[in-house]
Formats: sequence, structure tokens, C-alpha cells
Amino acid sequence: MTTSKQVLGPDDVRRATTRMAHEIIERNKGLDGVMLVGLQRGGVWLAEALGAEIARIERPVPVGSVDASLHRDDIGLRPVSPGAVSEIPDGLDGSVVVIVDDVLFTGRTVRAALDAVGEYGRPRAVQLAVMVDRGHRELPIRPDFVGKNLPTSLDEEVQVSAEGVRIDTGGASGDAVGAS
Amino acid sequence: MNHLRSIAELGPDGLHRLLDLTDHMAEVNRRPNPKVPALRGRTVCNVFFEDSTRTRLSFETAAKRLSADTMTFSVASSSLNKGESLRDTIETIAAMGVDAFVVRHGSSGVPWQISAWTTASIVNAGDGWHEHPTQALLDAYTIRQALGRTTGFDGLRIAIVGDVKHSRVARSDIAAFTMLGADVTLVAPRTLLPPGDLGDDLGVSVSDRLDPVLEDVDVLYLLRMQRERMTEALVPSLREYTARFGLTPDRARRLGDHVVVMHPGPMNRGVEMAVDPAELPGAVITQQVTNGIAVRMAVLFDLLGSGARPAPEPHTDVENTEMERA
Repeated sequence: MTTSKQVLGPDDVRRATTRMAHEIIERNKGLDGVMLVGLQRGGVWLAEALGAEIARIERPVPVGSVDASLHRDDIGLRPVSPGAVSEIPDGLDGSVVVIVDDVLFTGRTVRAALDAVGEYGRPRAVQLAVMVDRGHRELPIRPDFVGKNLPTSLDEEVQVSAEGVRIDTGGASGDAVGAS
Repeated sequence: MNHLRSIAELGPDGLHRLLDLTDHMAEVNRRPNPKVPALRGRTVCNVFFEDSTRTRLSFETAAKRLSADTMTFSVASSSLNKGESLRDTIETIAAMGVDAFVVRHGSSGVPWQISAWTTASIVNAGDGWHEHPTQALLDAYTIRQALGRTTGFDGLRIAIVGDVKHSRVARSDIAAFTMLGADVTLVAPRTLLPPGDLGDDLGVSVSDRLDPVLEDVDVLYLLRMQRERMTEALVPSLREYTARFGLTPDRARRLGDHVVVMHPGPMNRGVEMAVDPAELPGAVITQQVTNGIAVRMAVLFDLLGSGARPAPEPHTDVENTEMERA
């Protein structure tokens, strides 16, 4: 049986986005060299939303996207197919790259993203912003900016969009690539 | 997908999937360091029984950019010269642990035969006059890129000019272009066309004159004229062939700037290509070569990386197959 529980509504997601935008500006003491890079596919809308908030609060920063599929460590273990073509902003060398994703789970997608971003240059620093941290890390990776800490069990699936955050239980148990 | 041996075997869904995947590989190739770890630990073996520069180097580069290991089998220095059979050769290489064979052979059907002898994936890099599917993929990708046609070729008019009969490139191109919805016209003397009713068999139109077709075309695909066809008396002379079917300066002037001009290489300058392609605004011949790497990366990743890894081939007969015949 499938159950679905709404955890955050659209207003909650909007407020969390605004708070994270402020935190990104504060942590970096301004926006010098800051760029946002959304992870394909789940993190791209959030990177754009954060970019819009940061532009409203202070000034626009470059926003790009990266597809880390070809850097994953589970190629050959389960189906992997790239989602959309990466678009990394120019001038990555020496910048502060904020990697943005919807859900932080095992950390393996973020590890792949660190490798992928590194192929374009050497950032001064890399930070991580996620809307939901659901736990169950398999690698020493932690987020710098979190919308909501959400303890989950392994058989649950977390769905995140601008419309809110939902936990599904009892659906297809196979994790979709990118949901980590 | 276990093998890529023909366009028909790939089918429309596979064709679109590989063309979409090629966009990703093209992006990898634009990076400062054009290499990803996707196929670490996999081994790709090039087995070329026929001469090739671009296809072999293109496959080798594609495999390396995906971090696969590559082996190259060259016939000239092999035990085939000691009388080892094709089957024994393939089984010997397979026993060394190969995930994919990239095969070129002068006889049609060899890739199918080889796939019966090994569990490794087979990529057809040209078999006789039959098929050259990665060439068709890179040609389709190049057209899609040049004209921005990402969803298909509906209504696109493509003329394929020259020796269709002996051309595996033409056979794969016709299959891929028509599968994507293009209207394909073959332009050639009757002696250089395959037998049969081409409208029914291949879904193409046929013309024995180039000039009327030129008026009304989006893509002009020139095939390589193989010089030995003249000695077979299939064409009276290369000069006459150029006059009737070559891209001459006069025809180039009449060609609209929007027309995409393609050639699979190696080019016979002064025969089918009687102008300098560098001076044609629509020529995409170097893009074809560049895209060849991205397309072959997509093929290798789709075969070896996109699904769960199959069980490894049992290596029970290593001692027997390693014995060289003295």
C-alpha cells in the first residue's frame, strides 16, 4: 500500500529558500565569486529559486547546472542515464561554488558532483545547499545550508518541489538515480 | 542494448536515445579535461580486418575519454597469418577479458557471427557493403546539430549522391534518415544503385540526374567514389562521373547557403568533391569527424555503462586458447 504525507507546503519551501539565500550571502560575507550550480535534475529548480532570491536581496550571481551521471560510482550496478546537459558558468577557477540539490541522502550524488565540478576548474571553495537532509549518509559529506532536516526510513521516498515536500511510503523501492 | 550491429536492430527509440546521449558526450568533449571515469575497468578491443584511420582512432579516443582500457588487434601482425581461424582469434581475445569488440571486416555479417562466439558486446564498425551504424549515427547527429532538428527529420529532404551500391555508409544512412522521418533521394547512375525496387525496399526516391535534385534539397550527402569501380566499367570515366554527379564549382554556386554538405571521408578531391569544401558555407565535414567521437562515446556508454553489468564470461578454457599454433 502506498501512503503519501505532506511535510512542507509551498509557503514553507519559499520561506526556507529565502532563509538559505540569506545564509549563503552571510556565510560568504557578500557574494564575491559566488556561483550556484544545481544538480541535474532535482536541484536545478532550487538553484534557480535561490539565484532569484539572492538577486532580490543583493545582486544576481551566475547560476548553472551539472549532470554528474558519468562520474557516479554505481555505473554498472544499476541503470544510469544522464539527464540534461551540464551548463557550468564561466570563471569557475577561484570561485565559491554552491552545489544545490533537492534531497541529500547517501551523499554519493554529491561526491560525483564534486568530481564533475572539478573537471571544469579549481574553485576556491565548494559548499552544499539542500532543501531536505533525510539522513542515511554513506560518505563523509555534510550540507552547509539546509531547508529542512527530515529523519526518514530507508523505504521512504522524499519528493521535493516548489509545491512542497512529501514523503511516500510503500511505493517502488528502487531508488531513482539522482534521488540521493 | 547488447550490441550495435545495424540501424534496424537499434530501432527508432534506440536511435533517439543515442542521439540525446551524444549531447552529453559532446559536452564532456568541450571540457578543459575531456575525460570522465564512467567506464573505468572496462576493456574495449578494436578488431579491424580492413584499413581505417578515422573510425579506429575515433573509437579508441571515445573509449579513452570514458576511461575504458583499449586493445587494438591488427591483422598484419596477428596469428591469423599462422592460420588461426577468426573464431579462435575472437575466443582468445575474449578470454583475456573484453567487454566490447569493435569490429570492422570486409565481409557482410561478420559482427553477427562474432556475437555468437562471445558474450561481449559487439559494435559494427563496418561490415562489407552492409552496414556502418556509428557513421549513420554521427551523420544524423551532425544534421540534427546543423539544422537544430532535435526531435526528428520530418519533411527534411536529403540527397545521397554516388556509389550507393557498394556503400555501407549509404545503407546505414538510408536506414537512419528514413527512420527519423526524412525524405531521402538517391542520386546515382543505375550501375551504382542496389538492385530491386528501392521505393518499396528502402522507402527512398531515385534520380539519375543531380541538377534537378539540387534545387530542392536541405542536405547533400556525397559518397566516396571508389576508383576501382571505373575498372569494373560501372562508370565510363571519373571525369564523366564528376561532370554528372560531382559537386563542381558551378553546382556549388547554385547551391543555397543553407544546404548542409556532408561526406564520410576519405574524400576524393576533384572527383565527387570538385570544389574546396572549406569554401562551402554549409559544409560540415570536419564536424562529422568531431561528432564521431561523441557518438561513439554514447554507443560505448549505452552498451557498457547504462545498465547493470552482465555476469562475467567464464574463463575456463584459458590454457587451451592461449596455446599459440606454432
